[in-house]
This record gives sequence, structure tokens and C-alpha cells, in this order.
Amino acid sequence: MSAAEAKHAGINLGDSDRETHEKAGSEIFGFWIFLMSDAVIFALLFATYGVMLRGTAGGPSAADEYRILPAFIETLILLTSSFTFGMASVAMKHGRGLRTVLAWMVITLALGLGFLAMELRDFSTMIADGALPSRNGNLSSFFALVPLHGLHVAAGCLWLAVMLVQVPCFGLDKRVKINLLRLGLFWHFLDIVWIAIFSVVYLQGLIR
Amino acid sequence: MSDPNQGEKDDVRGYVAGYALALALTCAAFAVVRWPSFNRITTLAIVFTLGFAQAIVHFRYFLHITLAKSARDDLWLILFSVLIIVLMVSGSLVILMNLRARMM
Repeated sequence: MSAAEAKHAGINLGDSDRETHEKAGSEIFGFWIFLMSDAVIFALLFATYGVMLRGTAGGPSAADEYRILPAFIETLILLTSSFTFGMASVAMKHGRGLRTVLAWMVITLALGLGFLAMELRDFSTMIADGALPSRNGNLSSFFALVPLHGLHVAAGCLWLAVMLVQVPCFGLDKRVKINLLRLGLFWHFLDIVWIAIFSVVYLQGLIR
Repeated sequence: MSDPNQGEKDDVRGYVAGYALALALTCAAFAVVRWPSFNRITTLAIVFTLGFAQAIVHFRYFLHITLAKSARDDLWLILFSVLIIVLMVSGSLVILMNLRARMM
């Protein structure tokens, strides 16, 4: 299908922009190392959550507060934002012009902010019901794991906002393209972490 | 390439296919929990299997990780990270759940 060899994870620019592609390999590998170490952090927080699952100390557990519909909508929003970012990458790779790239990025940012708003509403409902992180080990581990993912999404949104300034200012030059490739990896990676969160945390807690 | 837009069409098709597959797996996982028709353990196993399959779909279609051209360094790094994660997560769970069972 593609003549150029894949040099790194994520979409490769070899077919449309040889020069950037030559440079991208090592730059993106560095970011990939960060992502994999981030994955180890998340994995250990999942292990902590699993260990603390029954550590409720007679109080409420995080699972009592889960609602399936908000969790499902959040999942759909994040999955769709992953797809729209993919479309932004494709538009960038094939020289579809700034307007198309920016439009997909704006949609992705809006979805990311929508996800954060829903998640914050969930957390505030939990806290209003007395399910505080200081209540027991189960809730501490929940509030260490899930909001850390939210914090990553918030960082991703900030990064997207920065790129929304960089793309019109500098155009799609080599540096901006590589930045977008890295942001794409980050965004898709967060969606994979969310798969683990909705399976291990939300759905496991909701099985009756 | 004969058609200059062919590469773009292939790329778009890849993302659409990944999105459709991931959507189907997500809906299946939530449906199995929303309308329970198996016992607890079976449901949990189904959810985890669907989640694992969806993670593979994301790696394949969104992160474009394939097993071809396996000389790439990032594939080795994925394998190493998976090893670390499996060791540390399964080790923590086994040891601490065993400890809990003994203390109860």
C-alpha cells in the first residue's frame, strides 16, 4: 500500500512529505518512550485500584456512584475525538490545506472539552454524595486513577489550543507537522487508557 | 501510484474502519453490562476480552502499529513495556489479594 517504510508509531508522512519523514523517526521515538513510561504509571494505578477494590472501610465505594449512561457518553465522545484527530492527521498528511486541518482540530478540542465537563460533573456529584478521596482506600485509588487521565486530557486540550495557534502562524512546516504527529500519538494513547478505565473501573463496578 | 488521491482514500478508510470496529466493541461491552444475561464472572470476562480487542483495534488503526517491519525500535519498546506492566500488575494483585485473604 505505501511505498515508504514506516519509521515510527502513528500516521507516517513518507508518501507525501519525504523530508519531514526522514526527520520524524528519531523525534517521535523520544515521545514514544514518554508514552510507554506513562502507560506503566497508569498500569500501576490500575493495580492499586484492583488491590483497593474491597478496601471500603465500611463507607461508600466508588462503584456505588457509577452511572452507566454518563460513562457511555464519555466513552463515545472520547472515541469520536480520536477519530476526528485521525482525520486532522490525514488532512495534514495529504496537504488538504490549513482550513480543513484546523476544522478537524477544533472539533477534536470541542469534544475533549465536552468530555472534561462531563467528567467534572461526575466527580462533583460523587463528592456531593460524600464519596471523597479521603473516605477510604477504594475512593483514594479511584481519585488517583481516573482524574489523572482527566488531567492528561486537559493537557492534551491545552496542547491542541497551542497547535491551533501554531498552525495558522507558522503554516504546516516540518516542525509543526512533527508536533501534530506527537499530539496525535498522545491523543490516541489517552483513548486507549480510557478503554482500560471504562472496562476495569466503570463496567466492572456496574456488573450486578 | 496511479491515482494521487488513492493514498488519502486508504488512510481515511483505515480510520473509518477503526472507528466502526471500536464503536461496535464499545457498544457490545456496555450492552453486556446494561442488559445482564450471564453470571458475574462471565460478564466480567466478556467485558475484559472486548476491552482488550478494542485496545488492539486502536493500536492497529489509530496508532498504526503492525507486526510488519518488526525491526522498528518502538515495537521492542512496546513489548518491554507490556512485560513490565504484566509483571508489576499481576504481581501486585496476586500478592496483595493473597495477603487480604489471609488476614480476613
